[in-house]
Parts: sequence; C-alpha cells; structure tokens
Amino acid sequence: MLNIVDISKTFNPGTINEKTALSHVSLHLRPGDFASIIGSNGAGKSTLLNAIAGSFYVDNGSIALDGKDITFTPDHRRSRVIGRLFQDPLRGTAPSMTIEENLALAYLRSAEGKAPFSRITKKDKEFFAEKLKLLGMGLEDRMRQPVGLLSGGQRQALTLLMATLVTPKLLLLDEHTAALDPGTAEKVLELTRAIVAENQITCLMVTHNMRQALELGNRTLMMADGNIVLDVSGQERAGMTVDDLLRRFKAGTGKDLDNDRILLSD
Amino acid sequence: MGAILLISQTALDLGFQYALVAMALFLSYRILDVADLTTDGCFVLGAAVSVTMAAAGHPILAIPAAMLAGACAGFVTAFLQTRMGVPSILAGIITNTGLYTVNFLAMGRSSSASLLRVDTVFTMLRDVVDTDIIGDWYKLILSGGITILAGVLLYLFLGTRLGLSIRATGDNRDMVRASSVNPAYTVTVGLCVSNALTALSGAVVGQYQKTVDINSGTGIVVIGLACLIIGETVLGRRSIGRGILAVMAGSIIYRFIYAWVFYTKIVPIECLRLFIAIVVALAIAAPTIKEGVGLEKRRLTALRKGGR
Repeated sequence: MLNIVDISKTFNPGTINEKTALSHVSLHLRPGDFASIIGSNGAGKSTLLNAIAGSFYVDNGSIALDGKDITFTPDHRRSRVIGRLFQDPLRGTAPSMTIEENLALAYLRSAEGKAPFSRITKKDKEFFAEKLKLLGMGLEDRMRQPVGLLSGGQRQALTLLMATLVTPKLLLLDEHTAALDPGTAEKVLELTRAIVAENQITCLMVTHNMRQALELGNRTLMMADGNIVLDVSGQERAGMTVDDLLRRFKAGTGKDLDNDRILLSD
Repeated sequence: MGAILLISQTALDLGFQYALVAMALFLSYRILDVADLTTDGCFVLGAAVSVTMAAAGHPILAIPAAMLAGACAGFVTAFLQTRMGVPSILAGIITNTGLYTVNFLAMGRSSSASLLRVDTVFTMLRDVVDTDIIGDWYKLILSGGITILAGVLLYLFLGTRLGLSIRATGDNRDMVRASSVNPAYTVTVGLCVSNALTALSGAVVGQYQKTVDINSGTGIVVIGLACLIIGETVLGRRSIGRGILAVMAGSIIYRFIYAWVFYTKIVPIECLRLFIAIVVALAIAAPTIKEGVGLEKRRLTALRKGGR
C-alpha cells in the first residue's frame, strides 16, 4: 500500500542548524497493516509522517501510495487519500465553525461532496449524524454548535471521524492520544481501533506508549537518528515484552532508548 | 426639520454605499484573517471604472465592469501573497501603489473625472419611478437594494462548500489542507470577492456623487474597519448572517456620527480622521489593553499583600 524507498531529509542544510532528520529510510506497508512507531526524542518519527503527508518534499528517494508515486504531489492533494491526526487536538478542526460545517469540509475529499457551489444537504446532515452517533459522545445532538465549545477529547474524536469520513488509503496518527487525559485517551484509542478495523485502513501510528506499540496493530517499528532500526511483526512480535523491545533497541543502536516522555507501562 | 431629514437621507445613502467596503473587510479581515490593504486603491478603481463607463454611456454595465476590475486587483494581491511569498500586508500595499497609476489611466490620464449631463444608475431609476410620491428616496432604494442584495449573496456564498473552505482558511489552514483544498486557492477566491465588493462600493459612490478623485480612497480601509467594529459592538458577531447585518448597521451608524459631527462641529471635521484612527486602534487593541490592566491589578494586589 505504502512504499517508501530510500528517502532523506536535511533541514537547514549548510547552516549551523543543519539537521538530518531522515536518512535513507525505506518502509513498505501492506494493505491493512497497522504499524506503530516508537523511538527516542528527535529520532525522526514525526518527520517521517510529515514526509508521507507532504508537509515538505524529501531531498531524495520516492514515496508511492497504492502504486501511485506521490513524491512530488502537494500536501492538499495527498490529503484526498491520506488522513491524519496530530497530538494537538486543536489542529484538526476549525473552532469557530459548527460540527456540521467541519464535517462538510472533511466530506470535500469525497467525489460527491466536491461541487463548489453546492450546499450541505439534508442527506449529508443525516449521514453526519449517523457517523457522529458512532462516537457515543452525544455530538449528533450538538451539530450546530461551534467546535470551539468541545473538549479536547471530543475534538480529537471528531478529528478522527473527519479523517476517516471518506475512507483514506492511509491513516497517519502522530501521538494523537498523548494530550488527552487517560480515560479519554483510552476512549479515542478504542474508537481508532474500531474505525481502522472496520474499514481495513492501512495505518501508521507514532506513540510513546511501549505497551500500546506492542499491543495495537500488527507491526512495531523503532526509529533512531533518522532511521528505522527495528521492524518486528508476526510470531517474533507476539511473544515480545517491553523489556525485550528495549533490549533489541540497545542491541541495534548501541544506545539506551532516550525519550523523556516514554511510557514503559501504564 | 427638513434639514434633519435631508441629513438622515444622505447618511443612509452613504451608509449603505460604504457598507460594501465594511462587508469586504468582514470577508478579508474577519473571515480570511488577512489584512488586505488593497482596499484604498481598489475603491478608487471601482469608482474610476464606473464613472468612466457611465460617461461613455454605459452606467449599468459600469457596475459589473467595476466589480471585475476590483476582482482583478484582489487577484494580484492574492497572487503576490500566496504564490510569490510576499507578506500579506506588503502585497496589498504593492498592489495599492500600482493601482494609483491604473486609476489615473482609467480616468483617461487624469486625476479626476466627473459626470455631466449623462445618465447614471440613479438618474435612470429616477426616470422610471414617480418622484412626486417618493421624492429623493429613490437613491436610498437603489443604494440599499444593491447593498442588501450583495449581503444576501455573500451570505449564501459563505454557506456553499467553497464558502465553507474560505471560512475555514481563516480558522485553521492545516485543516483546509487536510480537506484536500489548497489554502492558496481559497485565499485567492476570498480576496477576489472582497475586492469586487470594495470596487462595487466605489462604483456606486462614484455614480452617486457623479465625480471621482484619485485620492478619494485614502483611509477608506480604516473607515471600513471602524464600521465593522461599530457594527460588531452593537450586534455582536456570533454568526455569519449577524456579521453581515452588523457591517451594514455599523456603516450607517458611522455616517450618522459623521453627519452629526459635521453639522454640530463638535469636533473640527478635519480632525475626524484622527479621531476615527484612534478609536479603531483602541478597539483592535482592547483585548491586549484589558489583559495588561488585569495583570497590573494583580501585581498591585500582590504587592499590597506582601507589604503587610
């Protein structure tokens, strides 16, 4: 589904702030893969997601999604097939617009919802309400309220719904539960699991929760210094504990995993 | 009594006509969150195109032509800031500077143009209505009609999917990109529409006053902002519909204040601009001032407690 071949990215080249964020990264995700990424601070986890989403163009290498080369496709085009959630629940929604209007914007990614001068129809609203019900937060009764009135958890759940309203080929999750309180985080994660499973979305998730990285999905990747240093799946991953993972990380990089926010367990 | 009626009538006429500028700023400044300084030159552009075409015998065609010219000016500003990386305020100033020459050329290489003994949209309406009954109010019907129509169309436009993505652009650009829409496109459409509205205002004012001067747009942007702020203070800005009503109300209130100052001479009329500039600066600075005052209060309270 996703095929990344040998991509690199250096920020501020030729200056004192030069930083190689990605160095010859290759990654292949099969359709339906759900991979989680863990790694040290500054290992390039978010940069990798940004590269895939098109926040910047990579210096070399290529990115293909579903057989189509998207290396030079601008981010707003890629977003037709790539859904994305950030850590900050405020980044995915427009606060002064209503829930309904936000969903209508997300629906622009579909073929039906694109005509520029068409308005939100009654059918659209029913469709949105039906989807909102699945979140179990009562948002379907508040569709005409501005999103700015919602809590962080509600906004993140809404963003998740918006990112998957038109089923994407790839869903990028960048620590999307990290800024939420534990109860809400659990709920959003549960929704993520359900939506991803139901639509069989290929998914790439950055997390700082080691347990999550091992339990969720079918693959665990570890990054260090702009590289993927560990990629486990299948049998090998099934029996793994957090300690095993840390040991493998040290064996692979010669360093301890250094992330001040990492959760070894909860 | 007659004088007051006449003053009110003029204030209403001008209030509606200039409300279009405030409506344009509502779109660019409030909704898109772009400070568009094309406004001053664009207003004159609309007036110049309108007066020149009316002089050539096409007063009705002059109105859409002026709007088209305004949209082009908006496009240039938008192009500079979205595609060429020019900071948005500077982009407006650059276009505005260039427009000075364009306006000069549009008026036939002259710094002013007037309409003598030719039809305007106002005289055309006067000729078809019964002036014995409605007197001079036909001007208000036309000015109000155009502005209200523009307001309704803007309201409808902002409810379309394209309108929604323009609104989201000022709110959260990341989200616009995530919805597969290029913010450069929405900013461009937004600025074209807002400058078309500004030029429409110039076009109506030009034919109403039957004259246009190359400097008649100076400070229009600040006056427009004043109208926007007055309207929002009176009516609030909770929804798009209310926001559009607010700019019309604000513009009319501003013209009444202007007329009141003009006739009572409570402030010398030359000083009105300074007064308006101060009011607008204070209104926009209000949140920051409030915060500073609050902090100072807390600091003083803490100081007093500590001294005990």
